[in-house]
Amino acid sequence: MDTMFVRGLKRKCFDGEEDIEGTLAGIKAIPSYNLQRQSLLDMSLVKLQLCHMLVEPNLCRSVLIANTVRQIQEEMTQDGTWQMINTQSTGQASLDRLVSTDILCRSSRDQAEGKHVPAYGTFNKDFENDQAQDSSDTMSTASAVQAPRNLQSSVWEMENPQENKGNFQKSLDQIFETLENKSPNSVEDLFSEVDNSYYDLDTMLTGMMSNTKMGHCDSLETFSSSTNTASNSNCKSDLNDLDHIVEILVES
Amino acid sequence: MGAILKPRTLPRLRAAPSRSRPRSRPRSRGSPRHGRSVSPPGPRAGTGRAGPGPGPAGPRERGAGRAAPAAAAGCGARRAGPGAGRFAPSVPPSLAHRPFSSAVVARAAGDGGGSSSEVQWCFLQVKGAIDEDVAEADIISTVEFNYTGDLLATGDKGGRVVIFQREQETKSRPLSRGEYNVYSTFQSHEPEFDYLKSLEIEEKINKIRWLPQQNAAHFLLSTNDKTIKLWKISERDKRAEGYNLKDEDGRLREPFRVTELRVPTLKPMDLMVEASPRRTFANAHTYHINSISVNSDYATYLSADDLRINLWHLEVTNRSFNIVDIKPANMEELTEVITAAEFHPHHCNVFVYSSSKGTIRLCDMRSAALCDQHSKFFEEPEDPSSRSFFSEIISSISDVKFSHSGRYMMTRDYLSVKVWDINMENRPVETYQVHEYLRSKLCSLYENDCIFDKFECCWNGSDSTIMTGSYNNFFRTFERNMPRDTTLEASRESSKPRAILKPRKVCTTGKRKKDEITVDSLDFNKKILHTAWHPMENIIAVAATNNLYLFQEKVN
Repeated sequence: MDTMFVRGLKRKCFDGEEDIEGTLAGIKAIPSYNLQRQSLLDMSLVKLQLCHMLVEPNLCRSVLIANTVRQIQEEMTQDGTWQMINTQSTGQASLDRLVSTDILCRSSRDQAEGKHVPAYGTFNKDFENDQAQDSSDTMSTASAVQAPRNLQSSVWEMENPQENKGNFQKSLDQIFETLENKSPNSVEDLFSEVDNSYYDLDTMLTGMMSNTKMGHCDSLETFSSSTNTASNSNCKSDLNDLDHIVEILVES
Repeated sequence: MGAILKPRTLPRLRAAPSRSRPRSRPRSRGSPRHGRSVSPPGPRAGTGRAGPGPGPAGPRERGAGRAAPAAAAGCGARRAGPGAGRFAPSVPPSLAHRPFSSAVVARAAGDGGGSSSEVQWCFLQVKGAIDEDVAEADIISTVEFNYTGDLLATGDKGGRVVIFQREQETKSRPLSRGEYNVYSTFQSHEPEFDYLKSLEIEEKINKIRWLPQQNAAHFLLSTNDKTIKLWKISERDKRAEGYNLKDEDGRLREPFRVTELRVPTLKPMDLMVEASPRRTFANAHTYHINSISVNSDYATYLSADDLRINLWHLEVTNRSFNIVDIKPANMEELTEVITAAEFHPHHCNVFVYSSSKGTIRLCDMRSAALCDQHSKFFEEPEDPSSRSFFSEIISSISDVKFSHSGRYMMTRDYLSVKVWDINMENRPVETYQVHEYLRSKLCSLYENDCIFDKFECCWNGSDSTIMTGSYNNFFRTFERNMPRDTTLEASRESSKPRAILKPRKVCTTGKRKKDEITVDSLDFNKKILHTAWHPMENIIAVAATNNLYLFQEKVN
């Protein structure tokens, strides 16, 4: 009975390859190690996003995962993998990048075009791809990151896309900031958008979330939550609200 | 509005205890009577009055930095030095005055030959339902014996507290040898909703800590993520009858029917155990409370969340003092959180707290009001050869416990238990591997989140053995002096009365011997996170999801 794997993700782990961990054991092994490291990074970012969306994020867990992500990023910077990824840059592939390299490898032309495809739309598809593919293509394994990046990338773009990997740090910081500074309007937006989306693939695929993604940063500054949520709401969210209110009434 | 409310699919426990709770016959009705104040005779806890009889030290003692109070009348049992053990006023004076190490262990070992022979554990009882479907609210989240070991409290995810009491050995049932039966059940915390943050506050009981008994009633602190409550559990076996103005059923009598004066008399009644909340300590924690610890002065206690530690006085609910604050000015720089904290058992000015980076800081409250500067810093240097991306996560300390003597402290990280001498900061004096075979599986355990499980650990009364839990309902004991370790399983299969627990073994090599279990067949959903050891005898309580197992030492 294999109870260790809750998810359906294909295993891309360090199990069974004891010597690879922490060392680069030769040129042949490098792609494999990088791949594993990559998948670890993806997994961590998804986890961070997951706990971002939970009702009560566990701060200890978030901090530990964030530190792991930082550690991976530092190592990737040190052994130059960052640069490797940098050099390969195509229009479509930019979506499949790591969270931070999204910034690194964006050419000024791309930025000028204001390219921002709602990545949630591709979330489901890429998720399936991730399971299916044999991880021979190291570049596209970052697809699982679509979900968290969405939340962050819009913020980055509005801030300063030109900055270098310092923005990656910023993405983690955003997560902590939102954990910390939960103002009613931002929280409503935060949870209104992701709550429905995460549990409803249909909503995700129809790209309804894209509206709120763009408006996310705005709502942090201005109190425009009502309009945003109104534009977002569908029957499902109304039902959720109703349930929510009924629950409160019943409890009290 | 769109705010998230986690869907609750389980019925809430109101007045009556859930029927899935303990199987043994309840000793009393145990119905919670919230709000009733049945005032006990005698001094209240923590008032500092130097009255007759055992009492707390009071504020005047704390500044002196001594652990023991100036011998309050009749309670000379407490000692400041090592080997004193926990203070227990109801312990017979002969036992209290003697250091624990030799006397109790020899008695408990049952062979009279000291602690040289291995302890054999046998099954005593199991509490909880056997259903395969475990309601999440029934999952036990904390287990704690009181100072005498006569009471055992458990808290669960549904916010309920169940207290078991040990039966007195009677001549009529000599073999019952102290079974634990339900004493009281009450709903400690209710789920709340934080409207400001649009977040639900879980009612799960994170920790229970008993206060030493000072009068007929028992007091304990129980906490969820945000609020700590002081509960009083008292017995009532008499009721007043013959009121002057009231009928027997409580209705007011007609004035013209009151023709004579009569004074109520006390009549015996069936024993009823009441639990009433006496204090609520709220609104002091922004983050989730992970620890509470009662100070040795029995007047104060600390509560720790992820970033801050607060000091409370048991009598004062509207004020607490922040003594540790590791929140960075910029939350972006946050890399470390507090994971556990505990007061020193004898020095009321000393406490320790552990972090997610595997460090322990010992602080002295006399040095400063805000103890951000530690007095001692415990960290084991990392072994560079075993470094991996998971090194930090598995080094995160999930529990820290002082020994009864106060000389040592024990920390539990993901794969090991370490015993530290508080006089030596650079490395632990002992390290025990709990389940080293999981080291090669860390990636999978990270994937399914098991790597974030927080295991607790505990000492036995004499500090000679430590115990902690593992997966597959395994738990492990480590005898420090031998060194000898045992792996046991809390399962229904070995739940026959007085059945001896067979040691289990996990197969780490390719060849699996008979009765061994391979790593891949371990059930990672069956985890033992909470265990407790009776303060004086070899009785252990092990929480396995929704079941509480009690094991005691085999007596010949």
